[in-house]
Amino acid sequence: MDSLLELRDCTMQFGGLTALSKLSLQIGPRDLVGLIGPNGAGKTTVFNIITGIYKPTSGTIQFGGQSLVGRKASAIAARGVARTFQNIRLFASLSVYDNVRAAFTMHLKHGIAHALWRGGSFGREESEISDQVIDILKIFGLEDQRDVECKSLSYGDQRRLEIVRALATRPKLLLLDEPAAGMNPREKEELMELIQFVKEKYQIAVLLVEHDMKVVMGICMRVAVLDYGEKIAEGTPADIRKNPEVIEAYLGEEAKGPPPAPTL
Amino acid sequence: MNQFLQQLINGLSLGAIYALIALGYTMVYGVLRFINFAHGDVFMLGAYVGLYARRYLAGQTQAGPSLGLAVSVLLISMAVCAIVGMVIERLAYAPLRNRPRLTVLITAIGVSLFLEYGGQQFFGAGPHFFAPIIPSYKMHTGALSITSNELIVFSVTFVLLIALTFIVLKTKLGTAMRALSFNPTAASLMGINNSVVISFTFGLGSALAAAAGILWAVKYPAITPLVGLLPGIKAFVAAVLGGIGNIPGAALGGLILGVTETLVVGYSDLLHIPPSYKDAVAFVILIVILLFKPSGLLGKTTSEKV
Amino acid sequence: MRPKIYFLIGVLVSFLVWYFVPMDQYIREIVLTIGINIILAVSLNLVNGHTGQFSIGHAGFMAIGAYFSAWITTVGAPTWWPSLDLSGGLAGTLVFLGALLAGALLAALAGLLIGIPTLRLRGDYLAIATLGFGEIIRVVIQNTEVVGGSRGFSVAYGYATIFWTYLFAALTIYVVANLVNSAYGRGFLAVRDDEVAAESIGVNTTKYKVIAFVLAAFFAGIAGGLYSHFKQYLHPDRFNFITSIEVVVMVIVGGMGSTFGVIAAAIVLSLLPEALRFIPQFYQQIFGVSLPHLVDDLLKNRMMIYSLLLIILMLTRPQGIFGGISGRPAFLFKRKSVRADGLAS
Repeated sequence: MDSLLELRDCTMQFGGLTALSKLSLQIGPRDLVGLIGPNGAGKTTVFNIITGIYKPTSGTIQFGGQSLVGRKASAIAARGVARTFQNIRLFASLSVYDNVRAAFTMHLKHGIAHALWRGGSFGREESEISDQVIDILKIFGLEDQRDVECKSLSYGDQRRLEIVRALATRPKLLLLDEPAAGMNPREKEELMELIQFVKEKYQIAVLLVEHDMKVVMGICMRVAVLDYGEKIAEGTPADIRKNPEVIEAYLGEEAKGPPPAPTL
Repeated sequence: MNQFLQQLINGLSLGAIYALIALGYTMVYGVLRFINFAHGDVFMLGAYVGLYARRYLAGQTQAGPSLGLAVSVLLISMAVCAIVGMVIERLAYAPLRNRPRLTVLITAIGVSLFLEYGGQQFFGAGPHFFAPIIPSYKMHTGALSITSNELIVFSVTFVLLIALTFIVLKTKLGTAMRALSFNPTAASLMGINNSVVISFTFGLGSALAAAAGILWAVKYPAITPLVGLLPGIKAFVAAVLGGIGNIPGAALGGLILGVTETLVVGYSDLLHIPPSYKDAVAFVILIVILLFKPSGLLGKTTSEKV
Repeated sequence: MRPKIYFLIGVLVSFLVWYFVPMDQYIREIVLTIGINIILAVSLNLVNGHTGQFSIGHAGFMAIGAYFSAWITTVGAPTWWPSLDLSGGLAGTLVFLGALLAGALLAALAGLLIGIPTLRLRGDYLAIATLGFGEIIRVVIQNTEVVGGSRGFSVAYGYATIFWTYLFAALTIYVVANLVNSAYGRGFLAVRDDEVAAESIGVNTTKYKVIAFVLAAFFAGIAGGLYSHFKQYLHPDRFNFITSIEVVVMVIVGGMGSTFGVIAAAIVLSLLPEALRFIPQFYQQIFGVSLPHLVDDLLKNRMMIYSLLLIILMLTRPQGIFGGISGRPAFLFKRKSVRADGLAS
């Protein structure tokens, strides 16, 4: 399988602190991979170097055959990498509708001149975008809240909106940073279904950082484990659960979680 | 060579005043991560309080300029302005402690304008004449001359810097100030009352600005309520130059700025820069620093964690 | 109704008012000042309000537009076309419009050159940098003998009429409002609310910031050109930090991000000095006695009132009077921690 995303020997140093050390990771175009590890292991840093917020001190990152290192974050997003954030980063003063609409700016066929002149093609594209926004909101059950200020949404809805906004950029790879944080068990069930639905419907790869073992073991095909910036194990959820190093570093009691879901 | 040394002395005395003001900016920034736009106007207030204090004291005692008069005026002005600084903080900035920096910045601009135009209202538009507080004489060493004005600037600044260093390094409040500048949450968990320390910082910075105001008025006796505008901005540049939040940096930045400005004017023929561009010197330095090393000469570059 | 129709109505009304409504000199001056302030406020709002970048050097761009256009009509054009009668008519109008455009383009270029390096800075640093550049522009103009320097500069013709001023005001409103209310324009608001998130959905934050800055500079240049051909006298002190702050106050009071709000604020704040002048008279008429001297004095101190307004507003309603209508600008309320997103994970 050709990998969609390939990190090779990526190291990230902040002054004297080494956050990531020679990390290699491969993600195929239809994979659902989980990234776990204790706090401080470097998981969000992995996201940050992939999405261009940091430039890795050394190593390569290839996406669809092209290097991502050194590119601006918006350029990387334009290539098809979308993400959500650990502390939800919605556009607080915008409505649900506008949060998603903002994600369409990337694929606009017209620019400033059209926005000012407002000719025929502008109108057509605007209503196309409008339709697409409504469609995607409908699919995820947010359509009836479209004009609500996103701050007023419930926590679970806000997380969902962030995922919807990321999907609106038509990505090939979706990075989810602790999407289950702060959710109750029912919401987590819904989240697991949501992620699997998204992966199937949009035919994308998903890389998931999570602390909740039930979620990770429940939906991931493969799991990579980080500790102190190094990958200490990678394999199926069942393998990981049995891996002594992983248990020692992290899992402990939670190793006795529920059995993994059948592979998709 | 002599001309250069003379210019250097002039520049250092100007720079010392900038340094005193810059220290206030940098301390407040260190503790609150906030640029107190109104700081330059506390400097102006210091000059005016000194002016009125002098009138009152000299009127009471019928005394002429003397060391005693100078010291009293300085102390009175510093005390009054320390209080004013703390009051401003309590009324205008403390309620906005949890708001984004932009909101507080706008408020600070408002306070600054209020002090300036309120000053025009209260003191009159000026200019007002600051009568001498020390007897004037000139010292000659070789071909160089140092006036009493410069002497008082150097000695007062020196004393205040020593005092400040002592306070910051050796006292509980000073150490608390430094702790706050590193990590406010940890500081309060260690039992530090952040509000008290912040007030103290404002008071300390304002006292220094007041001293700077008196020294300025000694050098340039015609003062107006808007006298704080330019020196205030330039002192801010000095603080950024040295590394905002860094106390020795502020002093260093002030001296460098004072010397540079004086040399640009002094050698304007040689440099082909008309002396009227002297005010632009500070801004050019600011732009260069912000573009190439925003953390300043002595500051550390901190990368933001996302 | 389509925005273009609003714009054309605006132009038509300006024309009709200019042509048919008689005005004495005093009223005319106030109306022209309001128009110019609307252009300044709406254009600055694009940067400060819609894109959330705090720029306090707007007067610098106004100065560039004012001085350059004035130089063209007063010094340049008579030199290049000495036989033309520039006092009015078609020739005069064309020269005026050309000069206006040239001034605005130069201001826009300055905006580009200044914006690209400084828009990398955040918050207070950006504010200080724009302040610095505004002052540098002023000092440079002060030292430019060709346009009079600190002696001032007299402008030959008063081309700025109510028609032209309000035509350009309508144009400014049209451009800014249309831009922001499109899918493309949501990008500006995204940059304002959360730059990191904006980048993550493909919004090139630097590009948006620079575009806003350059457009704002362009219209500030237009405002400057109109100003110079209205007052017919220029002095560098007229374009200092205080002038920039006056525009900033309009934007803040009106509500950052609300085009309607800043227009209203521009109108109210332009009328404020006149209104303040009338209060003592009203008081006298109603109560029969004149105001205490102190109060009367205070009312004349417009900047002091502005400053109190700013402070009180920030403490009580930082989103301005109208800022709550089209979405409360969260960037004035929510404390975004510098250590943004999740820490080490």
